[in-house]
Formats: sequence, C-alpha cells, structure tokens
Amino acid sequence: MSEHELVTRLRNGERRALARAISLVEQGGPAARAVVAAAYPYAQAHRVGITGPPGAGKSTLVTSLAQEWRRRGVPVGIVAVDPSSPFSGGAVLGDRIRMQALGGDPGVFIRSMASRGRMGGLARATADAVTLIAAAGFPIVIIETVGAGQDEVDIAQTADTTIVVEVPGMGDDVQSIKAGMLEIADIFVVNKADRPGVDQTVRQLRTMLQLGGAPADGWSPPVLTAVATTGEGCAQIVDAVEQHRQYLANDGAQASRMRALAERELAAAVQELILERLRGQRWEELVKEIASRRRDPYAAASELLDG
Amino acid sequence: MERKIRVLVAKPGLDGHDRGAKVIARALRDAGMEVIYTGLQQTPQMIVEAALQEDVDVIGLSILSGAHMTLLPKVMQLLREQGMTDVLVVAGGIISDEDAEILKREHGIAEVFGPGSSTQAIIDFIRSNVQLTRG
Ligand code: B12
Ligand SMILES: Nc1nc2c(ncn2[C@@H]2O[C@H](COP(=O)(O)OP(=O)(O)O)[C@@H](O)[C@H]2O)c(=O)[nH]1
Ligand SMILES: [Mg+2]
Repeated sequence: MSEHELVTRLRNGERRALARAISLVEQGGPAARAVVAAAYPYAQAHRVGITGPPGAGKSTLVTSLAQEWRRRGVPVGIVAVDPSSPFSGGAVLGDRIRMQALGGDPGVFIRSMASRGRMGGLARATADAVTLIAAAGFPIVIIETVGAGQDEVDIAQTADTTIVVEVPGMGDDVQSIKAGMLEIADIFVVNKADRPGVDQTVRQLRTMLQLGGAPADGWSPPVLTAVATTGEGCAQIVDAVEQHRQYLANDGAQASRMRALAERELAAAVQELILERLRGQRWEELVKEIASRRRDPYAAASELLDG
Repeated sequence: MERKIRVLVAKPGLDGHDRGAKVIARALRDAGMEVIYTGLQQTPQMIVEAALQEDVDVIGLSILSGAHMTLLPKVMQLLREQGMTDVLVVAGGIISDEDAEILKREHGIAEVFGPGSSTQAIIDFIRSNVQLTRG
C-alpha cells in the first residue's frame, strides 16, 4: 500500500490504517516521512499534554477528560508514552489498564508508545503519531508523558496546552515540584482531591506561581483540583483547556508557539535526515577512532559534514 | 531498523488470576518486546479493539477461569471479522490438553502454554512464529 493510500484510508476513518501508519512512523525511515508528509496538511488538532510524577493519576485523568470531551460530542485521540527498558529495549505499556472505560467508543483512539531510548518524556515518533491521529479527524489529541518527573519539558514543545498534574501532600517540600514544571504548565491540576491536604497544595502552587512573577506571555496558569477516579473537576479542566485554546487563537501567542513547534520539528527532521545520510562505512570508522581516543568527536563531525 | 515485536497481553473474562499474565508480560519485555498490558476483565471485543489500535503482532491471552472454550473462540471470530488473521494468538493458564487441541485445530490459536511452561519456550515460540512482514 502506498503512503498516500494509507493516509487516504486513515482520513476516511479506517482505524486499522491509522494503527499501521503509526507503526510505520515509529520505525522511521523514508516511508515514515512520506506518511507524515501526506498527513501533515490535514493535522488540525488541539494537542493537550499531560505530565506529572508516576502514580499522580495521569492515565486516570486522561480517561476522565476524554469522557468529558465525548459528552460534548468531541472525538478524542490519545497517545500514552511509557519508558522502554534500557537493558532489553522492551517495555510494558500499562496505561490502557486505566482507560478501559473508553473501550467500545469509535470516537476514541488510544495508542501506547514506548519511549525507545529517548529522554524527555516522549518517544521520537510521538509528535508524528499525533499528526497522524489528528489527520484521522480527532480534533483533540491528548498526550500522556512517561512521567519520570524531571526533565519532562519536551511536552511543552509538542503540545498546545500542557497540563501538569500534582497530588496533595507535598507538605513543606516545595522542591517536589520539579524545576521546569512550573514554567511549562499552562494548567495545574491537583489530582486526588479526595485526599487530605488539597487546599494546602493549591495554595502552595499559587504562591509559587506568584513568586515566579507575571507570566511572560500573558496567560496565568489556573490551579484546578480533580478527582480523576470519579471525574469530579474534569468539566472545569476541559473548560480551562478551551479557554487556553481561545487565548492562543486571539492573542497571537499561538503564532509564536506554532513557530517554536515548527522550529523544533524542523530541527528534529534535519537531525534525522543528516544522520541517515552520514551513517555508513566512514561513520563506523570514525566511531572506532573516537572510542579509542584517536580522534575527537568535533573533528570527526566536521570531517563527515565538510568532507 | 529492526522492527520491535508488539504484544498485547490480556485477561479475558472475569477471573482475577493475574500472576501468570504479569510474569509473561515481564518476560517478554526482558526479551526486548513491547508489551501492552490491558489488565483484568477484558471482553473479546475490548481485546480485539485494543489489538487493532495498538497494531500488535501477537495477542497473548491468559485465562484460568475455565471459560476459555467460549471466550477464546469469540476472540478468534472477531479477529477474522476484522481481517486480522495475520496476528499470532497464543494462550496460557488452566486449559486441558483436549481443549487446547480443539482451540488450536478448530479456532486458530497457535499454541497453548499451561502451568509450569518456561518463559523461554514462550519467547522462542513467538520469535519463530510471528509475522513481521505484514502489509
Ligand atoms: C494463586 C492462585 C489464586 C490466587 C490468585 C492471585 C493472583 N492475583 O493471581 C487467589 C488466591 C486470589 C485465587 C483465587 C481463586 N482461585 Co485460584 N489459584 C491460584 C493457583 C494456586 C496458582 C495460580 C498462579 O498464580 N500460578 C502462577 C502463575 C505464574 O502460573 P500460571 O498463571 O499458570 O501461568 C503460567 C502458564 O499458565 C502460562 N501462562 C499463563 N498465562 C499466560 C498467557 C500467555 C500469553 C502465555 C503465552 C502463557 C501464559 O505461563 C505461566 C508461566 O508458566 C491456581 C492453581 C494452579 N496450580 O495453577 C489456582 C486456581 C487457578 N484457582 C482456582 C480457583 C477455582 C479460584 C477461585 C475461584 C477460588 C474460590 N472459590 O474463591 C478464586 C477466584 C478468584 C478470582 N477473582 O478469579 C482454580 C481454577 C479452576 C479452573 N479454572 O477450572 C485453580 C486451578 C485451583 C484448582 N486446582 O482448583 N487463586
Ligand atoms: N484516591 C484517588 N486515587 C486516584 C485518583 N486518580 C487516580 N488515582 C489512583 O492512582 C493510581 C495511579 O493512577 P494512574 O492513572 O495509573 O497514574 P499515572 O501513573 O500518573 O498514569 C491508580 O491506582 C488510580 O486509581 C484520584 O483522584 N483519587
Ligand atoms: Mg500512566
């Protein structure tokens, strides 16, 4: 099947074509790029990122938020990323366990992805998979990150709206909000609001946001609460996402974000293509020379690029 | 690039015996496969839908409740209806030899692994029977 035919089929709502196309972009290579290229013009979705520590309730929240959008008649695509084992390269992807309530709904498409060695909370192919799901006609695509806590800032460059999930009981440990998380959040959600300590956590977050000064781009991230297991608070979160989307559309902020996203996509594509072209016999020789310290990586790189 | 083997491990029906499924999921991960674990109490419809969305090469069904002669053929029937006959299906749990024979011969389950099966034998079976050249 040609790449164009695959994209035509997925745009016609063939779920199996969409699933196949995602596998293709996960593999990478020329066919993967052709599929993304064919889908790209049709990929008009609002991308919602969900990040936060393991066990915070991200998968459960994704489920409740998707249910809320479904109640509003909006189809929802979901990409859930889990870590690959650094030892075997394999993975157990368990986010679907929490998403069973979404089963049987043709307006929902869920895909699990292994990070495949990529750091930063997403897989190399996550953005491309989201493009395909968007092109298949899902106006909202939710991305759940690995959730390792630190360094998960990639999501802010992939999503239009980033939700950072925390849980009550941070106590005095202000450090438990990992560096960087404050900056990337468009919306904070204190989940597990059925547990003690919610008000304190909300207050702490608000204080930290105020200490951070006025937001550079004019959007003040709201701090909301939720009980993901019951869906409580999820309507307000969906409202906040829609408000953020409006804000992006009206304020020109969307333009600068789109530019940042585009720049990142271009950089990733350039890197992929260059690596693919340069890998070969000389590459292998240089790797050996660097490993034995007979040559430094910069000299090797300029030899490869400049000849 | 080498293609990763993707496996859906699911527990059809109502039994809560999930040790075996978890052991298998971890063993396959340690063998370098990507395992989507969907948890307990899956209907055949849910299993086939998840397999389709996840584009898996293999479905592993773990069942210790005794309901395998109704649930497993139903899964196979739904797979055929979806045109997903290239997916390798293996099963494990408490399944008698006679039932295993029928499931293999009449319903297209590739192999059945009972209690005490070595995980290495399961890994080897999947590696040598999976079709990674699907169109
Ligand atoms: C531990 C156990 C439990 C634990 C389960 C804990 C848990 N979270 O898993 C508890 C105490 C909760 C339990 C409860 C019950 N149990 Co119980 N339980 C067992 C027992 C002793 C061992 C099962 C086990 O975990 N084995 C260890 C794992 C690693 O082995 P395994 O699952 O067989 O998996 C291996 C293979 O089968 C295969 N495999 C398994 N799955 C898969 C999947 C794939 C894809 C592949 C390739 C291979 C594969 O590979 C694995 C490795 O070799 C068995 C008896 C037995 N000897 O099997 C009874 C048994 C399964 N239980 C039984 C029963 C009846 C019950 C109860 C109904 C009892 C009751 N009246 O309350 C309840 C039901 C609970 C429920 N909600 O479903 C019966 C089932 C009878 C039947 N099917 O005809 C058994 C067979 C006991 C018996 N002889 O009567 N049980
Ligand atoms: N009490 C309570 N538990 C929750 C809530 N949301 C999720 N959980 C539980 O927290 C655990 C981890 O949830 P999960 O969604 O898998 O978290 P993730 O690792 O962040 O994706 C599960 O046992 C959920 O049932 C909530 O609002 N309240
Ligand atoms: Mg999760």
